[in-house]
Amino acid sequence: MISTPLVRLATILFLLFCSTMARADAVDDALAKFFDDKFPRTEQGIDALAASGAANAPAILEALGDNRLLIDQADHLIVYQTTGGDLINAKTGEKLAGVEAGALKKVRVNNALRRAIDAAMGSLTLASPDPQKRLAAADAVFKARDATALKALDVQLAHEADPRVAEALRQARAAIIVLDSSTPSADRVAAVATLKARGDQDAQSLIDETAAKTDDPAVKAAALDAMAAIKAHLVWLNVLQNLIYGVSAASVLLLAAIGLAITFGVMGVINMAHGEMVMLGAYTTFIVQSALPPAFSQWSLAVALPLAFLVAAVVGIAIERLVIRFLYGRPLETLLATWGVSLILQQGVRSLFGANNRQVSAPDFMSGSFDWAGLQITTGRLWIVALAIIVFAALQLALRATSFGLRMRAVTQNRRMAAAMGISTSRIDMFAFALGSGVAGVAGVALSQIDNVSPNLGQGYIIDSFMVVVLGGVGNLWGTLLGALVLGVANKLLEPVIGAVLGKILLLVCIILFIQKRPRGLFALKGRAVEA
Amino acid sequence: MALSSFAAQADDDTIKIGILHSLSGTMAISETTLKDVMLMLIDEQNKKGGVLGKKLEAVVVDPASNWPLFAEKARELISKDKVSVVFGCWTSVSRKSVLPVFKELDSILFYPVQYEGEESERNVFYTGAAPNQQAIPAVDYLMSDDGGSVKRWVLEGTDYVYPRTTNKILEAYLKSKGVAPEDIMINYTPFGFSDWQTEVTKIKAFGSAGKKTAVVSTINGDANVPFYKELGNQGIKATDIPVVAFSVGEEELAGLDAKPLVGHLAAWNYFQTIDTPENKAYIEKWRAFTKNPKRTFNDPMEAHVIGFSMWVKAVEKAGSFDPDKVIDAMIGVAVPNLTGGIATMMPNHHITKPVYIGEIQANGLINTVWQTPATVVAQEWSPYLEGSRDLISDWRHPLACGNFNVKTGKCGG
Repeated sequence: MISTPLVRLATILFLLFCSTMARADAVDDALAKFFDDKFPRTEQGIDALAASGAANAPAILEALGDNRLLIDQADHLIVYQTTGGDLINAKTGEKLAGVEAGALKKVRVNNALRRAIDAAMGSLTLASPDPQKRLAAADAVFKARDATALKALDVQLAHEADPRVAEALRQARAAIIVLDSSTPSADRVAAVATLKARGDQDAQSLIDETAAKTDDPAVKAAALDAMAAIKAHLVWLNVLQNLIYGVSAASVLLLAAIGLAITFGVMGVINMAHGEMVMLGAYTTFIVQSALPPAFSQWSLAVALPLAFLVAAVVGIAIERLVIRFLYGRPLETLLATWGVSLILQQGVRSLFGANNRQVSAPDFMSGSFDWAGLQITTGRLWIVALAIIVFAALQLALRATSFGLRMRAVTQNRRMAAAMGISTSRIDMFAFALGSGVAGVAGVALSQIDNVSPNLGQGYIIDSFMVVVLGGVGNLWGTLLGALVLGVANKLLEPVIGAVLGKILLLVCIILFIQKRPRGLFALKGRAVEA
Repeated sequence: MALSSFAAQADDDTIKIGILHSLSGTMAISETTLKDVMLMLIDEQNKKGGVLGKKLEAVVVDPASNWPLFAEKARELISKDKVSVVFGCWTSVSRKSVLPVFKELDSILFYPVQYEGEESERNVFYTGAAPNQQAIPAVDYLMSDDGGSVKRWVLEGTDYVYPRTTNKILEAYLKSKGVAPEDIMINYTPFGFSDWQTEVTKIKAFGSAGKKTAVVSTINGDANVPFYKELGNQGIKATDIPVVAFSVGEEELAGLDAKPLVGHLAAWNYFQTIDTPENKAYIEKWRAFTKNPKRTFNDPMEAHVIGFSMWVKAVEKAGSFDPDKVIDAMIGVAVPNLTGGIATMMPNHHITKPVYIGEIQANGLINTVWQTPATVVAQEWSPYLEGSRDLISDWRHPLACGNFNVKTGKCGG
């Protein structure tokens, strides 16, 4: 047999050609299945694409999952739209010109197909040069437990440099083999250990399943042992998690109530329209967000904070000057009048903006959550906790370190004496009301992130706010802080045990009993409120 | 009495139609748009020459999401304004509050919203879905291979009559399908609940028991937005734990970023995205009427469209606006719905409806992934509940009973 380099080269070229042809054909066959737009056919297409291992398969699958895969009936083409909006011929990867994306039909997907896509993407992107993508791929394989990905996992594990990705790959591998009875017992025991080290709920559910299904005594023992360890760990984690939720709930309560602590505490005014100040703050956020150009959308909340303070403060001054001023010393009338004002404000906003909820979106840095030592922390909530701390500190500073604060405290403690010392109590009342309302407006910015921006927003918080202020002791910011913490944490610790409805009832009963025992709340203050 | 009311109406050549939907208060978010639909329908009918040669006139009142006020306003509509028919109510509480008024003054109410069933009244026509036209098919879908063969269930609801009754029916149904009690978790939260962190964590923990889990949500309107936001924040995707909702429609999704919700499900009898010529034409008409090219159209709105054309047909059939004659003429009236089928008024005063299961898309619209092959007849008395199993409703003469017990042979439950 004559074997010249030339012949060899030709053979190699021929083989290469064949293999690329085969690949192109595989992709072509897979794409052909998308034309029918029937779920079972599309699933075959996904499997075929995953099996082809073609370089453009991940891009096509990603587009399919995001509803960006389109059928061009006229030219009999499958095309996908990039996130930038370009149309790409899925088969050739060439850019398509002169076709409108809106005129093309989307390939429909359902949850079953999305799961298939996630699994396929996992095995296809395991070798991606981007470590983040590899991590995501390993997670996808962990979830899908797709045995066909085992080979790709082993190949990638052999030369994985990033320790985090390597760990994720090992876990994905463990998830696949732990339930596979054909794997040697020692390997499965090692897999259980890997899962035990992961120690989260997903690992627990896998180990539970292993313990229930396996016949191998060694594996079963290891699984039972790991199960007990994870469960004990999860119990602690759960308590901590609920405490975190409690602090987060407390921060919301504190923000909503602290303005009330000023108006109710300093002036003894029962302001039922306080919730509507919160609502106005939320609507200010909405207006700011729709008015700002998209380029500045990340900054919308920073812009909204001072504006919401101003808007609510101005409305607060108007209410104080036009209504409350004439009703000082008549708590029942004040209550009714401010309740009326609250209804007027609600319906006014409803007529102006419509009854529907308004969408306030969260900036990127405030959405999603992260994992901290096994604890789930929602980014948006963390920012709200930070805001509550800042607002609390700023108010303390304003009351302790400014001359306005000094006068306000003087009026709180003894109105007539303060007046005798030359303090204009009427002006102090006005500014205190403006301050309280403004802080409520700031709370509205925070609440727009976690609740509905609707005319009814404030109503949901007014009762809770009064509860916090009364529990904490009228006229004392530290009391308000403690009241919010007690209510928030108690609520969140009770909720998983007896449910949200019963928890709330129980808490109300406790507060009633407590107020019976200590009518002035946690921190009683001497002052006008006491004399009245 | 019938003659006198007819005489009062014959004074002038207009017939009054009452619209009893909250335009303020918490329910305004859902009900305002139903009032607009009614105004459009009446306007359209007048352009066609009215009914029986008379022009129609809408009488709009605002019961302000206040349940006792619903009864007062209903009385005002019937006794003072002398309306021939009323279209209205959303929550079951409001319907229950107006029932005695409609019975006493013998008028007609068209109720357009899906509800918990266990009711059939002579004076009410239910154009929304009964549980077997929405909740049960949705659960069936999730149990099927297409829906992910769900084995574990969270029934999450707001704490009031509709979720409680629906969940009772669903629990009995799931148990009859062999689901173990420890695989069902039922949970209620108050109205307007906004801090969903603990609840969602609980769902996540329940869902990590190695069995495919789904959430059946009867959470009421407003509380849905923070619920879905929290699901998105905690990274629960529809591919892990799908949520099927019975009261989230296009209107509710308009207030929220739908991207983290892609794939979560909704069960209704109508979706805006359903591709039929009737539907397209209607949405165009609606947008032209409201002068808003982005206005959404939803299930209860379609129910009013069906209810109104049924009323017109029944009046023409009876040749009179007299409520007694119209009530008798209503049964058997069939009109096309907007999804290419026919809605028929059955003797139990409920209508036949197709059931659609849809998945939420990134643009906030809902795409159908499953539908019943034909329309479904409502079971107003659930066969899965003790006590309602033996009841039937048939308002045709001579039976004319809404809760006839087939075991005892007596009318009256």
